[in-house]
Amino acid sequence: MTAIATKYETVIGLEVHCQLITRSKMFCSCSADYSGAEPNTHVCPVCLGMPGVLPVINERAIEYITMTGLALNCEISEFSKFDRKNYPYPDLMKGYQISQYDLPVCHDGWLEIEVDDERRRIGIERVHMEEDTARLLHRTDAVTGEGYSLIDVNRSGTPLMEIVSRPDMRTPAEAREYLVRLRQILRYIGVSDANMEEGNFRCDANISLRPVGAERLGTKVEIKNMNSFRAVHDAIAFEEIRQARMLDAGERIVQETRGWVDERGETVSQRTKEEANDYRYFPEPDLPPLKLSRAFAEAVRAKLPELPAAKKERFLALRLSEHEATALTEDRERAAYFEGVSAALGLEPQRSAKLAANWVLGEVARWLNAGQKEIVDFPLGPEQLAGLARLVEDGKVTPNVGKDVFEKMVTNGMDAAAIVEAEGLAQISGEDDLVEAVRRAIAANQKAVDDYRAGKDASIKFLVGQVMRETRGRANAQVVQGLLERELQEND
Amino acid sequence: MSELWRLTAHEAHEGLRDEQFTSVELTQSVLDRIAAVEPKVHAYITLTAELALEQAREADAKFASGTATPLTGIPVAVKDLIVTKGVRTTAGSKILENFIPPYSSHVYENLRRAGAVMVGKANMDEFAMGSSTEHSAYGPTHNPWQPGLVPGGSSGGSAAAVAAGEALVALGSDTGGSIRQPAALCGNVGLDPTYGRVSRFGIVAFGSSLDQVGPIGRDVEDVATMLQCIGGHDPRDSTSNPEPMPDMRHYLGRDIKGMKIGVPKEYFIAGMEPGVTARIEEALATLESLGATVDRSLSLPSTDHALAVYYIIAPSEASANLARYDGVKYGFSDRSGPTMWDNMEQTRAQGFGNEVKRRIMLGTYALSAGYYDAYYLKAQKVRTVINNEFAEAFARYDVIVTPTSPTVAFPIGAKVDDPYAMYLNDIYTLPASVAGLPAVSVPCGFSEGLPVGLQIIGNFFDEGRILQVASAYEQAAGFRNLLAG
Ligand SMILES: [Zn+2]
Repeated sequence: MTAIATKYETVIGLEVHCQLITRSKMFCSCSADYSGAEPNTHVCPVCLGMPGVLPVINERAIEYITMTGLALNCEISEFSKFDRKNYPYPDLMKGYQISQYDLPVCHDGWLEIEVDDERRRIGIERVHMEEDTARLLHRTDAVTGEGYSLIDVNRSGTPLMEIVSRPDMRTPAEAREYLVRLRQILRYIGVSDANMEEGNFRCDANISLRPVGAERLGTKVEIKNMNSFRAVHDAIAFEEIRQARMLDAGERIVQETRGWVDERGETVSQRTKEEANDYRYFPEPDLPPLKLSRAFAEAVRAKLPELPAAKKERFLALRLSEHEATALTEDRERAAYFEGVSAALGLEPQRSAKLAANWVLGEVARWLNAGQKEIVDFPLGPEQLAGLARLVEDGKVTPNVGKDVFEKMVTNGMDAAAIVEAEGLAQISGEDDLVEAVRRAIAANQKAVDDYRAGKDASIKFLVGQVMRETRGRANAQVVQGLLERELQEND
Repeated sequence: MSELWRLTAHEAHEGLRDEQFTSVELTQSVLDRIAAVEPKVHAYITLTAELALEQAREADAKFASGTATPLTGIPVAVKDLIVTKGVRTTAGSKILENFIPPYSSHVYENLRRAGAVMVGKANMDEFAMGSSTEHSAYGPTHNPWQPGLVPGGSSGGSAAAVAAGEALVALGSDTGGSIRQPAALCGNVGLDPTYGRVSRFGIVAFGSSLDQVGPIGRDVEDVATMLQCIGGHDPRDSTSNPEPMPDMRHYLGRDIKGMKIGVPKEYFIAGMEPGVTARIEEALATLESLGATVDRSLSLPSTDHALAVYYIIAPSEASANLARYDGVKYGFSDRSGPTMWDNMEQTRAQGFGNEVKRRIMLGTYALSAGYYDAYYLKAQKVRTVINNEFAEAFARYDVIVTPTSPTVAFPIGAKVDDPYAMYLNDIYTLPASVAGLPAVSVPCGFSEGLPVGLQIIGNFFDEGRILQVASAYEQAAGFRNLLAG
């Protein structure tokens, strides 16, 4: 335990903004998929904030936020509304952002995290819907050296979901784990790419310290500009030390917003509370209140896929290890692939699961890592991989040959059986087919034979290897060893 | 065929249908009339003569091909906060002096689909903030009945154009009386439909929960025809009523025997001009003579509060609605300052007039932390009280009848430096606006040679009923197609 942890308790809350992957924007029919598009090509009078335009709610976005709320064990508000958040900024086309103030779509949920084998529920205060802003591109004039800014409105009005946690996290590791689990869920339910580096998953942290055992919260500091999970972890770790030192020195913590400077590994003050904006929220008069019936929420719930936690429990029940269950449920696609292989194997369920897990976390993972690829890029269908696994499992090919066949399959896409057939790779288990090779190995390796007879049991492994080499690995090693033992005894 | 501009829209339609004249001739007649009187009236910010003649030719082709509607070929004035693709739309503000919209409003699209002809964009108080059309960055409009007097506002240009024969009908917009009050002061029929009846898509926003587009015409039939054209559901406006609109013409020319009319006592105040009182009393007598029962026991005690509610809610919404005008994207832009923030500030300082700035400040204040509950939230609660009082009244009465304005047209400059006196002009029109109810103003005679308006307020989406009363009254009283000059 660090000195900080014994003296102060760190209190962390996270606010996550995440872009939803709807086809159109939040309040107009422009395509929301602007990545790679020329600036200002995904725009219309509505998202440009032209005079006289009106917003129309994207129903898919409401479905997505409801899915998110349900996945985070939230209450879904039967009555919620949109509000205008007023602040002037050139990236805000209307001069206000349509957001939700006091009646968010989802509220009062939780997300379970696990750090150091301890499971904890982190409260979710609210999940609300808003629109994203345009993007400012800061440039410098090559001739005059003067700075100027350009606006790309493509992002303006894309649906943005804000997920606000309760101040329930206590360590930087918990904060990171919360983000990892949250991202996992968002990707599972398919509402967001949740990619922090690409900016469609952004996180601000609120952090305060209080003496261990104290109830009252300390003065909180908000940290912004963190662009990776590591940055969130490091910024919080930096901040808890900074605040602890201030408290130790008898200084007061100022309520302020600080920015994380990644290169320097520190936070710097951006603005204090006195400079904070008054957003003058008021109900958005252009949108009637949002009424989400219980039936709607239940219909959305019915569409929810199995969530990672439930999936993991199910995998554990199949006698997979904690490590295997965690790794297989990392993302939905990998879990689906694993289940596809397992089903295609068609063995007794636990046996199928174990076998499929071995392959997916073994050869498949190795291949993906080597090529820095995702499971969706994997060229073999689950049935194909299951076909290979069955050949090995049934002793039709040796495990080593199985690996070679795997390499051939991912290169040419052929089925395992076809490769084995074409290349004559089937395992040789018949004693009659192997006895000649065994005798040749004995005859050609007198020293190993002598060593074995002198009591060096390990020498037999060398002789097995010789047989394997002669048969290009196809020989059943156990049969070979049995034959060797018998032959050597007979000639004693 | 001379002076075709004197015709109402339905009279002109008959002439066009019967091939007595063409839309090009009709439009040219209106353009000639504009050339003659516009120097005195200044009803328009932008004239679209060439476009009008082109649209008139298209209209004539529609008659030839048998696809004409009652508004085909009819010259219309369009208030300059109604967004018209390719035609400058200023909302009466310098800040939009060069704004050419890339899209059209729902109402303009509907007018065009019906084949109507737009002769110009009508003058208005800047962003519809005003009751006299003096707060226009493009100079005041004069009342055609007596130049030197205001036409009312904010749709003063629309009303003056119709009264002067510079258009047969017009579109205005009403937030707190901006159609009804100028219609009353110019001797027109002006209808503020139920909030949600007409799509606000493409209407430069002032008070979003109050704004509503509506027609101004020289008789009730024209106003009904215009409403029929612009009303109905529009999916682009989420506050637009999804119910289909009934046939408004069905309500015209019917009797009103047995109809129950409530007259709220709170609307007869000390500041009301005697001439106005006299005309309203005569109108009530006429309505009684038509077989309606006029009950003066009606009390709407919160009437007084409508003014305060309105001057909190409308400016609050406006403070947000007008935030987009920062000189960055379109419209007037001062770029002489050292930084972007200086330029945004200067753009707004120079681009907005005083009344607009006053209301932005009012609204910003009312929404500020620590004041929100006392102002905006309280105003919303009082709004509910006002709604409830109207709801109770409509359980007992078919319509409510009041004066439209406590005074006739007043001199330009008389109230411009006294905002509160100006605001009081709308005390009879504000309550229906705050409640979102439909109301129509019909001419009910003259006082000191100037028109007086009678207001008929109806229940939600009951435009048919108020037009029925207006039509019956118009038939009996004979104040229709009143042309000034
Ligand atoms: Zn758009």
